[in-house]
Amino acid sequence: MEAQAARASAGSGRWRHALESRRVLAPLLIAPAVVFIGLVVGVPFGWAIYLSFTDAIGGSLSGNWVGFDNFTNAWQDENFRRALRNTLIFTLASQAIVLVGAAVLSNFLVRDFRGKWIVRFLVVLPWAAPVVLSTITWLWLLDSLYSVANWTLAQLHLDNGLVWLLGAVNLEEDAQVPLQWLGRPNLALLAITLVHAWRILPFAVVIFIAGRASIPNEVEDASRIDGATGVKKLWYVDLPLQLPIALVAVLFGIVFTAVDFAVVYILTRGGPFNSTQVLPTWAYFIGIDGGSLGEGAAISLFLFPLLVFVTVAMLFFARRAQVS
Amino acid sequence: MPFAIFLAFPFYFALVTMFKTNLDLANVEHSPYLYNDLEGGFHWDFWNYATTEHVRFLFEDTNYPRWLLNTLLVGAAVVAITLLLAMPAGYALARLAGGWGQSAGVAIFLVYLIPPTLLFLPLSRLITQLDLKDSLWALILIYPSFTIPFATWLLMGFFKTIPQELEDAALIDGASRLKAFGLIILPISLPGILTVVIFAFSLCVNEFIYAFTFISSSEQRTVSAGIPNDLIRGDVFFWQSLMAATLIPAIPLALLYNAFLDRFIKGFTGGAFR
Repeated sequence: MEAQAARASAGSGRWRHALESRRVLAPLLIAPAVVFIGLVVGVPFGWAIYLSFTDAIGGSLSGNWVGFDNFTNAWQDENFRRALRNTLIFTLASQAIVLVGAAVLSNFLVRDFRGKWIVRFLVVLPWAAPVVLSTITWLWLLDSLYSVANWTLAQLHLDNGLVWLLGAVNLEEDAQVPLQWLGRPNLALLAITLVHAWRILPFAVVIFIAGRASIPNEVEDASRIDGATGVKKLWYVDLPLQLPIALVAVLFGIVFTAVDFAVVYILTRGGPFNSTQVLPTWAYFIGIDGGSLGEGAAISLFLFPLLVFVTVAMLFFARRAQVS
Repeated sequence: MPFAIFLAFPFYFALVTMFKTNLDLANVEHSPYLYNDLEGGFHWDFWNYATTEHVRFLFEDTNYPRWLLNTLLVGAAVVAITLLLAMPAGYALARLAGGWGQSAGVAIFLVYLIPPTLLFLPLSRLITQLDLKDSLWALILIYPSFTIPFATWLLMGFFKTIPQELEDAALIDGASRLKAFGLIILPISLPGILTVVIFAFSLCVNEFIYAFTFISSSEQRTVSAGIPNDLIRGDVFFWQSLMAATLIPAIPLALLYNAFLDRFIKGFTGGAFR
């Protein structure tokens, strides 16, 4: 009896000792998170890859092996190629807007002024509001009949001018007043790009502010003593120092925009005539609504090269930022 | 400043719209910015020309209160699971793992970049197999897949900002590592943990595609899935109620974001670059 108790306490002592060692404790603490992620991300990810090579249809978990048929079929579909092109347009155009907007806004918000708190509150609103709900607000702003955008343009007598401009730059050939923001292919592309830029901008501003805050005061002082001002300072001092963190903001923006489903789904459902489909919505329409699980998975997988690229770029710049 | 106005404008407009009367809203001659009388005229006692009936409709005749409750429940459960798994992982990566901790941290975070749109096809089959379709449990099971990587990353950043000496002192005084974590690290990093709670919660509120595909009965929906499904019926839009439904979750979330923004920035950049 006593011997047993002694053995038990020696055992727990050894156990406690093992818990103190880094080599045991670190994997032990990390393992639950890794196992969980493996189960809910890793397994479905592998499954998605498998499904994309089969002719699985809705309701079944597997199908016959068809090789690359799903990929070639998807590629030959004109709608798919437009969805791919749209994904790239939305992502790149909205991030260009975000980059400019964030540079300006962060410059402004990094200073102290009265009422900064309320301005910051207004700026983070689009980021804090659930995407689906804020997109519904845009649906109302761009409504075909009650659009406040059109009403304002009409009151300012700018509506006919805008229609002329759209024709002149070959964006919309025969647009009419009132403008159907979401009912015409190119206008809808423009509107969706703007909504994406609008919802990513606050996030980018926040990251930019973090980047500015990380520049040591000495650099600021030194550049002032050296006489660097205005554009020169921006180009030679501020930009290089902020580059790594700005890139992180942009790369996140790219990922958030490229994989987004809600904005297009709510605003246009991919219409008119599939002209605003993006890869996530197209995968949804084919895979879930259309029931072609295999082809839906193949369409989703086309996003993967983009993500790998983003990942590699992130790793590369994160490491560079660490060195400096 | 123009940027700030552009960013906030849709919300200002939602605020105006939610109290509009149907007649005022439906007349395209009337200014959409103001509350008008029947002829489209504006009076300074404008509140007499506005109505709260659509807000009342939202709360009394739709499942909106239920959706808010569901969202809170799912959010709370997911945040609890997230903290339970991400806190030890974040701590271990920041303090114990040494050299490979950095790359493992980056790897965990990269999981966040695999889009839900790629995973939702297999996951929806999985949910059907587990017989979780139409249940909030499906969301509680799946949502940590994107909150854990994010939370681990942020927490790793916060834990790194705590001086190592504090912990060493406790260890020398004979405390076990777990005790040192509970008594020293945890209280100091409470603001950081709260930040993670808020941002993980808001990721859950934001989620659309899983909530939309896994849940089909109205009572089980979250705010993000319920509103576009039930309040938009074909071409019939309940605009005033929709705008109220948008603003009600957005404002408290934005207040919380604003309050925790500085800490978020610290954790976000700290985890990645220090």
